Amino acid sequence: MVKDLLIILISSSLVSNVVLSQFLGLCPFLGVSKKTETAAGMGTAVIFVITLASAVAGAIYKYILLPFDLTYLQTIVFILVIAALVQFVEMFLKKFMKSLYQALGVYLPLITTNCAVLGVALTNVQRNYGILTGIVNGFATALGFTIAIIILAGIREKMEYNDIPESFKGMPIVLVTAGLMAIAFCGFSGLL
Amino acid sequence: MKQNSAAERLINGLLKENPTFVLMLGMCPTLAVTTSAINGLGMGLTTMVVLALSNLFISLLRKIIPDRVRIPAFIVIIASFVTVAELLLKAFIPFLYDALGLYIPLIVVNCIILGRAEAYASKNGPVSSLFDGIGMGLGFTFALTVIGAIRELLGAGEVFGLSIMPESYVPCSIFVLAPGAFFVLAALTAIQNKVKLAGERRGRDMSKVQSGCNLDCAGCGESGCSRRLVEEAAKKSAKEKEGNNG
Repeated sequence: MVKDLLIILISSSLVSNVVLSQFLGLCPFLGVSKKTETAAGMGTAVIFVITLASAVAGAIYKYILLPFDLTYLQTIVFILVIAALVQFVEMFLKKFMKSLYQALGVYLPLITTNCAVLGVALTNVQRNYGILTGIVNGFATALGFTIAIIILAGIREKMEYNDIPESFKGMPIVLVTAGLMAIAFCGFSGLL
Repeated sequence: MKQNSAAERLINGLLKENPTFVLMLGMCPTLAVTTSAINGLGMGLTTMVVLALSNLFISLLRKIIPDRVRIPAFIVIIASFVTVAELLLKAFIPFLYDALGLYIPLIVVNCIILGRAEAYASKNGPVSSLFDGIGMGLGFTFALTVIGAIRELLGAGEVFGLSIMPESYVPCSIFVLAPGAFFVLAALTAIQNKVKLAGERRGRDMSKVQSGCNLDCAGCGESGCSRRLVEEAAKKSAKEKEGNNG
């Protein structure tokens, strides 16, 4: 059991990295990676939301959708649950955890439409993961996202003063960087 | 050509405001499924059907849906059509269903669809909204098929499964793998930048041409829901600061 979870942890965070090999959550990955600090903030918020969302989505799937034979509604239910959950988390943090809200607050609304959150919930169902396995998979996926975005932000900070051809300034050079990172992450595929 | 006529909408979506090449919307599925031309075509057509139908229904319901809950209402409408499309694909075109996998349900969060719902369908009549959806969908399909064909050609020496490169050509398989997607998109945005810069030099208005998700998800969709969320968050925090000071 523990071994299985460990394998999921490694494969979801490194081997099939959510951004670099599955292209989910690409917008925040490219958009919020200008500074390491904001990238770390975004990463933490994503870990928080995805772990929570995979727990809630897993529970809803197991205890509501499966018994009533409503599994074909999963997409609609998951997206609404995730949107509501993010709102709820925001309200909860604002009320009870002021300091955490100040650190994560700005990023939370951005995550609502992040396809990685919905992607993880659907993957968990597709692979028939139980609730605990689903939570571990969610956490690992989000961890992979955080690792990738922090590395990219670090590289972008260094790149700031480089001499880049005019038409490659901005997005194109960031995408080339992401591509090189994806090649590097391909190296992890020998890990399992 | 008359504004909002069917033909104008189609050309607008296909060329003037091509969602992929000009507006740079919905890049996640664009990168993920364009490993071959046929996958790109399938994904594009599926998205087109969902986009056209959701545009039509949102336009029909635009006076009934209250303004405050319009985003969740739009999402429910879009998600219903996505589910229908997913079940139909599973039943009738299983090979495509297997190839696209997770990315079919993820059409729900494709910012093109919500963006068009917000920017066009919620303000215009059903017929022009339907054609707007078809036009945008065709533009998306066209772009995905072209990108898929290029990647397939470089990565496997084939287009639509037909080998057209000479036998001496050694396929550069990185183009069908994940890193290749980033490189193709990088080349695409670089070309776009170049066109934009050249146009600006000649004094043309290039404000419609956007370079990818510049800021964050808010960059997706001039009027996508995420932008408003960001604005609202900014307003809220500004208000709170005022409250603290007062």
